[in-house]
Amino acid sequence: MNLFDFIAGHYDYWFIIILLAIGLYGMTVKKNLVKKLIGMTIFQAAVILFYISSAIKADATVPIIMENLPVDNPANYINPLPHALMLTAIVVGVATVGVAFALLILIYKNYKTLDENELLELMK
Amino acid sequence: MIEKNLPAIIPLLFLFASLIIPLLGVWKKNLAYPIATLTALASAILSLYGFVFVILTGPINYYFGGWIPPIGIEYVYDHLSSFVVLVINFVALFVIAYSYQPVEKELPGKQTAYYSVVMLLLTGFNGMIITGDLFNLYVFIEISSLASYALIGVGDKKAPFAAFKYLIIGTIGASFYLLGIGYLYFMSGTLNMNDLYNILPHMNDSPTIIVALILIVVGLGIKMAIFPMHGWLPDSYTHAPSSSSALIAPIGTKVGAYAMIRLLYFVFGLNYFSQELAVSDLIAIFSSAGIIFGSILAIAQKEMKRMLAYSSVAQIGYIGLGIGLANPFGFIGAVLHLLNHAFMKATLFMVAGSIIMKEGHSDIFKFDDTYRKKYPWTMAAFTVAALSMVGLPPLAGFFSKWYLALGTIENSSWLFLAVILISSLLNAVYFFRILEKVYMKSPEASAAKEEIKRNEIQFSMLIPILVLAIGLIVLGILNFIIVEHIYKMMPEGML
Amino acid sequence: MKHGSSSPIILLLSRVLSPYIMLFGMYVIFHGHYSPGGGFQGGALLASSIILIRIAMEEKVHQLHFNKAYGIPLGAVGVLIFFGVGFIALIMGGHFLDYGLLPFPGIITAELRFYGILLIEVGVGLAVMTILVSIYDNLLEEDDDESI
Repeated sequence: MNLFDFIAGHYDYWFIIILLAIGLYGMTVKKNLVKKLIGMTIFQAAVILFYISSAIKADATVPIIMENLPVDNPANYINPLPHALMLTAIVVGVATVGVAFALLILIYKNYKTLDENELLELMK
Repeated sequence: MIEKNLPAIIPLLFLFASLIIPLLGVWKKNLAYPIATLTALASAILSLYGFVFVILTGPINYYFGGWIPPIGIEYVYDHLSSFVVLVINFVALFVIAYSYQPVEKELPGKQTAYYSVVMLLLTGFNGMIITGDLFNLYVFIEISSLASYALIGVGDKKAPFAAFKYLIIGTIGASFYLLGIGYLYFMSGTLNMNDLYNILPHMNDSPTIIVALILIVVGLGIKMAIFPMHGWLPDSYTHAPSSSSALIAPIGTKVGAYAMIRLLYFVFGLNYFSQELAVSDLIAIFSSAGIIFGSILAIAQKEMKRMLAYSSVAQIGYIGLGIGLANPFGFIGAVLHLLNHAFMKATLFMVAGSIIMKEGHSDIFKFDDTYRKKYPWTMAAFTVAALSMVGLPPLAGFFSKWYLALGTIENSSWLFLAVILISSLLNAVYFFRILEKVYMKSPEASAAKEEIKRNEIQFSMLIPILVLAIGLIVLGILNFIIVEHIYKMMPEGML
Repeated sequence: MKHGSSSPIILLLSRVLSPYIMLFGMYVIFHGHYSPGGGFQGGALLASSIILIRIAMEEKVHQLHFNKAYGIPLGAVGVLIFFGVGFIALIMGGHFLDYGLLPFPGIITAELRFYGILLIEVGVGLAVMTILVSIYDNLLEEDDDESI
């Protein structure tokens, strides 16, 4: 396929790759610990977006039973399993951010700074 | 009814205890330790019963909610998972029984919260071992990881930063694993391990499966701490409280190794990852580098817990080498070393915790031979564990290195054989240094005239250490029985 | 926060909005088993209604609204509801979360599975709400000498 189809046909995968790269950049390059945490959250959001973008089918509707639509053909409804899996993954991400904030408050109470270079100096 | 529901009861017992402890802690604070120990004891007895039951009757497959796989979530309780569950629960029982005094000294007043998080950690580990569904494995990886970040972060002044580093690296590892199983789900449409094993040979030439394999190996390798991805381990194990590092160090990386064995051998299949791709060679090379790196850096350390952490990196390298060899002796060596290293590291970390409690420090250069008179039984257990780590027969550590060496000879990889032998010598250097300081009389100590009295640690800390040390001798002598059972755990097509 | 907000607009609007957000959260929980919604989403909405009051009002008022000592025990009760429903199914002879065997008389098996998920979602919603509120409380505990 030509280059235009390669880029525009898979535009959702390109968005996910850009989000993964931004997340990894934030985690490795930025010096503030809170910015590293935000980079990790962006990385997890990209993985969640990847699962949800796989559930779509062409010309399909939401998987809720309504009275006037027949339920015999499963090609009419999008796949609800990745959505249910990603609910669990989002809750796991929220819990991780909660634990991370508690650890950051302990670090701030002990060292009075949240910058990585200053912390490595103070911990020698 | 107990036998039919055994795969569900063992993790759920720990979850139930983790919920009861805060509720009863509102009423009476010091009920946390008895409930935790009783739950660990009940789980250890149930896993022993389950292990014997699986040997006599065969594997149990358990469907949650009554939905048949591949629609539902399946728990697979076969020979390998019942064996690893038995090892994990047995070691955890003794470490929890040991931990009453250290928790009271280092974390006063936080007993309820500590034991509740310990029960959650063990729920996560048990669930990771028994499950047969790929996404359920991710959920339990995250449950156990969050509990271990919390248990590590309450240590000394540098502990929260070490736990934060572990949090970032561990979450990235779990996200890589999630992305990998996402690729597998899109190509095959199922998340069940058995079903995927039947479907994957039909789609061998797809680059998606190759990328999924690499992502899963990197993700689980971070959890297991194979060589380039071990960076979180030394700081976390050093600055954690004594009872946390005694609990997480013997068990945590082993469960990651079990997940790697389960995914590589039982989902992707032996042919795929060792003959068609060179992933097994890559794992073996990185593990060997980790063995040498860990052993050399352990010699350079001054503090005992940090030395034991680098030693853990080296020992995980042995298990990785066994996985990467992909032949029967390598498999036996890996599973046997999983069992032996859990016992050895638990003993060593418990001894380090006792020395910190009694002396206030764990600096190796301040050890002197008064320890031989003050803590005779503790140092005896340390000697047994140290000799077993070096690999002297008839202790347990010799036999796992023997089978690994046989595995490398069968593959004709002489470089890995040299790595195993050299690293045993390096292990001897850093362990014998401590033994020399404790047992040999130093020249200037003869000037001390005062009487050194015996100041042994309490029974609640001493008995678990002694039981695990005697267990090392027993496991060494009876290892041929264990190896006979490991033959039944191998995947089809290996023998 | 320790001191309430000084602007009357925030004080009035938070007190007006919070009950409606709570009602919407209950709606989302109870519609989880046949339309979008469920335990996690409804629990987060309920938690946001409680945290809105905590941001706007002073400490005496918001402790009357939801006392912070109830946080973790109620969370444990929520997960115990989940665990208890599964355990009852285990005792009645089935597998762990097999809702078709719950002991309610006169309802056929398919409808029992339909309503069994509702019981689980209530437990999950309670747990999520109390845990999110207690995360907020614990993060603000150290906040002694800074006034916001």
